[in-house]
Amino acid sequence: MDISSHDVLLVGGGGAGLRAAIAAAEVNPKLSIAVVSKVYPMRSHTVSAEGGAAGVAKPDDSLDEHAYDTISGGDWMSDQDAVEEFVKEAPQELLQLERWGCPWNREPDGHIAVRAFGGMKKRRTWFAADKTGFHMLHTLFQTTLKYDPITRYDEWFVTKLLVDDGRVQGVVAIELMSGKIQAITAKAVILCTGGCGRIFPFTTNANIKNGDGMALAYRAGAPLKDMEFLQYHPTGLPFTGILITEAARAEGGYMLNKDGYRYLQDYNLGTPEAKPVLRSMELGPRDRLSQAFVKEDQKGRTIQTPYGSIVHLDLRHLGEKLIDAKLPFVRELCLKYQNVDPVKEVIPVRPVVHYMMGGVSTDIEGATPLAGLFAAGEVACVSINGANRLGSNSLPECLVFGARAGQAAAHYASQQPSPNGKTMALANDERQRLESQFLNKTGGRERIATIRNEMQSAVEKSAGIYREQSLLMEGAAKLRELQERYGDINLDDHSHTFNTELESALELGFMLDVAESIVQCALHRTESRGAHQRTDYPGRDDEKFLAHSLNYRNPDGLSRIEYKPVTITRWPPGERVYGQQTSKQAQEH
Amino acid sequence: MAETIILEIARYSPERDTEPHFQSFEVPVHKEWVVLDALNHIKDTADGTLTYRWSCRMGICGSCGMMVNGEPKLTCATFLTDYAQKGSNIRVEPLRYFPVVRDLVTELSDFLAKLKKVKPWLIHPNQPPLSQGEFLQTPTQLERYKQFSMCINCTLCYAACPVVGLDPTFVGPAALALAQRYNMDSRDQGAGERIEELAHPDGIWGCTFVGECTRVCPKHVDPAGAIQQYKLTAVLEWLKSFVMPRGEETKHGSGETGND
Repeated sequence: MDISSHDVLLVGGGGAGLRAAIAAAEVNPKLSIAVVSKVYPMRSHTVSAEGGAAGVAKPDDSLDEHAYDTISGGDWMSDQDAVEEFVKEAPQELLQLERWGCPWNREPDGHIAVRAFGGMKKRRTWFAADKTGFHMLHTLFQTTLKYDPITRYDEWFVTKLLVDDGRVQGVVAIELMSGKIQAITAKAVILCTGGCGRIFPFTTNANIKNGDGMALAYRAGAPLKDMEFLQYHPTGLPFTGILITEAARAEGGYMLNKDGYRYLQDYNLGTPEAKPVLRSMELGPRDRLSQAFVKEDQKGRTIQTPYGSIVHLDLRHLGEKLIDAKLPFVRELCLKYQNVDPVKEVIPVRPVVHYMMGGVSTDIEGATPLAGLFAAGEVACVSINGANRLGSNSLPECLVFGARAGQAAAHYASQQPSPNGKTMALANDERQRLESQFLNKTGGRERIATIRNEMQSAVEKSAGIYREQSLLMEGAAKLRELQERYGDINLDDHSHTFNTELESALELGFMLDVAESIVQCALHRTESRGAHQRTDYPGRDDEKFLAHSLNYRNPDGLSRIEYKPVTITRWPPGERVYGQQTSKQAQEH
Repeated sequence: MAETIILEIARYSPERDTEPHFQSFEVPVHKEWVVLDALNHIKDTADGTLTYRWSCRMGICGSCGMMVNGEPKLTCATFLTDYAQKGSNIRVEPLRYFPVVRDLVTELSDFLAKLKKVKPWLIHPNQPPLSQGEFLQTPTQLERYKQFSMCINCTLCYAACPVVGLDPTFVGPAALALAQRYNMDSRDQGAGERIEELAHPDGIWGCTFVGECTRVCPKHVDPAGAIQQYKLTAVLEWLKSFVMPRGEETKHGSGETGND
C-alpha cells in the first residue's frame, strides 16, 4: 500500500479548511500541510453561503453586544468564553480576508459596508452582495495557491482516521480518479468537513454534506456534542430546498401567510413596521421563525402545494433597484429554479434543514479530546452557536476557529514524533474492509437510495422542528433497523475509476451514524431550548440541562450520552426577548 | 407534453471500453426536474454505475457542467421540460475538449494548473499592518472588477472555446478573466507580474475573439471582454516598462487603508 506523510492534514477544503491550512503554513513555513478533500476546494459548500459574515465594524457597535446577541440567540447554550474570543477575532479575520482580496460591499467613501441580520441588534454583517460564501471561498482558495507548503489531494475521500497509541496519526483515503486506497499519515489531523444536512429529505445543503467528519471522529472515539440542535432556516424554496437568504428579510422583506398577513406578530416577535426593525418580526432568530411556521400551518393559515405547506416571502415593495444591487442571487435563483420574479411576485418558502449547531466537541483552540485530532467550522462544536445559531455567525466561525485550529495543530505537530509503524497495519485492515464489504462483495439485496430515503423520512419524522418521546423512539428503532440493512447493501459498480457509488455507500454509512446521534441526543434532552423543541417537555430546564450533550460511541456500536456544564462568564441565563422590548432588555445588560 | 423523455448518455469506462458509446434511459418528466435530477433518478433506481459530478444544485459550486444536446450547460439549471416541449431526446455528454475520466466526468488538473499560472491572488507588497484597517475601495472601483470575480470555475467556457479545441496550451477564458479580476482591482499591484506570465502566444494572444465563452457563461462573466482588455493592458505595461523600472509603478487609490 502506498503511503504519504505530512505534518498537518486537513480533511475538507472549504472556508474553515483553507483558513486552517494558511494559518498552519504561517506558523511554520517548514511544515508540510495536506488538504484532502472529496471535491475540488472551490466546490465546497461554503460556496453556497449567501447573506454575510458578522463582525463588529462600526462605532455604534460593541463586542459585548455581538456576544449578547449570540448568547441570547443560542438560548444560553453557548460557551461564553468561546463567544468572547469569537466576537473579538471575527472583525480581524474579516479584515484579513479583505486584505486577501475579498470583494466586500463598500460604503460610498470606500469603507466596508455592513447590513442587518436576524437576531442581531446592530448592523454588523459584512457582505459581498448575496454571494458572500462564494466570494470568501474563492478568495481563500486563490490565496492558498501561493503557499508552496500546502499540498492538495483533490477528490480524495477519507474513509477512516488512523488512531494508535491514543493519538490520531493520519487517515486512509480513496483517490477517486484511480480508486487507489492509501494511507496519508500526519502528526495532526484537522476535520473541516462541514455539516450533515443530507440526512434530512429537505435541506439547503449540497449533496456532499453527509456528516463525514462527525462520523469519522465518532468512530475514532471522539465525542459529538449537542447533536440535538439542528437549525431549520425559515425560507427555503419548495421542492429544491434552495436557500433564500435571511438578507432578503434584513433588507425589508415580509413573511406573509395565505391571507397576506404578517403572521410573525402573533408569535411574540414584535409588531409590524414598514421598515425592518432589528431583533424584531422578520429579523427574529431562525428557530423562532421556523417554529412560528409550524404553528401557523396547524392553524390552517399556510398554502398547500405538492411539495408541502408554504408561506410567502414578499420583496416586491423593495423595488427592482435594491433587489438587483443587494439581492441579485435571490432574484437569479427565484427566476431560474422557481420561475418567480421577486420584483413582481411573492416567493413561496418553507422551513428547510440548514445547519448543525452540534458537532465534534472541541475546545477554544479547535482541539478535540482525542490527541492529534482538531476540528473547525460546521463539523465542530466549540460551542458558540448554542441551541440556535444566528445568521451570519457561521462564516466568521469558519475563519476564527479555522485559523485557531490551524495554529494549534501546527504547534502540536511541531512537537510530535513521526507516526509509528502500526498505522500501516491499521490502514491495511481498512483497505480489506472496503474491499470485502463493498468493492468485492456480491449478492447484497439493499439499494443505497432505498436506505437513504427511509433514513431521511425517519429522521424528519422524529427529529424535525417539534419532537416528542414516542416519535423519537420510533425513529431510533428505525435507524437501528437501517444500520442492520446497510450491511446487506449492494453495489452495481465494482470498478476502481471514479466510483461514485462506492462513495455514496460510504457517505450513507456516515449519515446513519450521525442520524442516530441526533435522535439519541434529542431523546435524552427532556426540555425545550432553542432549536430543540419537545412537545412533551415544552419548558427550558436550566437546572438539569444548562449542559452540553456529549455523545460517545461504545465499543458495541451503541451510543452513550454524558453532560457537561455550559461555561457562563458574564451573561447569566435570561429570557429570550424579541420585538420592540429588545432595546430595553439589551440596555440592562 | 410527453410524460417521459429519453436521455441518451455518453458512457465510457476505461476499465471496460475502448471508446465512448451512448446508452438510452427513459425518465419521467416533472416540471421541476432538471437534467441533473434525471441523472440522479437513473443512478438511484436503474444503474448505480452512471458516473458524474454534482454538489450544490443551485448553480454556484460549478461541478455539474456537461454538454446537453451539444451545448455546454450546468445540468442543475437545465430543465427537462425545455426539451420535452420540443419533443426531442436529451443527449448528455462530458464537456468538450477535456480528457474524459469516466462517463460524464472530465479531467480538470490541466485547468487547475492554468488557474494557478495567472497568479490569482492579491499582489500588494509591503501591506500596512491589519491595525490600519481595510484598503479603501469605492463602489465604483469595486464595480470595475466585480463581474470578473463571479466565475464559478465550471469550465463551460473551455468547452465552448474553439481555440481551446485547437490549442490545449491556450490558458483559456476563465483563467484570463480571473487574471483580469485581480488586475482591475484597485488594491492589486500585480498586473506587471501577471503580464510576464501571460503576454506570450499561449496566453492572451491565442484568443481570436470568437466570444463563445461569454455566450455560454452561466454567471454572466464576460471572459471575451476581459481578454480584449488584457491585450490592451499588456501593450500598456510593455510600453511602461521602457519608462519605469519594474516594481516602482503605483496605482492611484491603492495602498490607502481605512484608518488613515
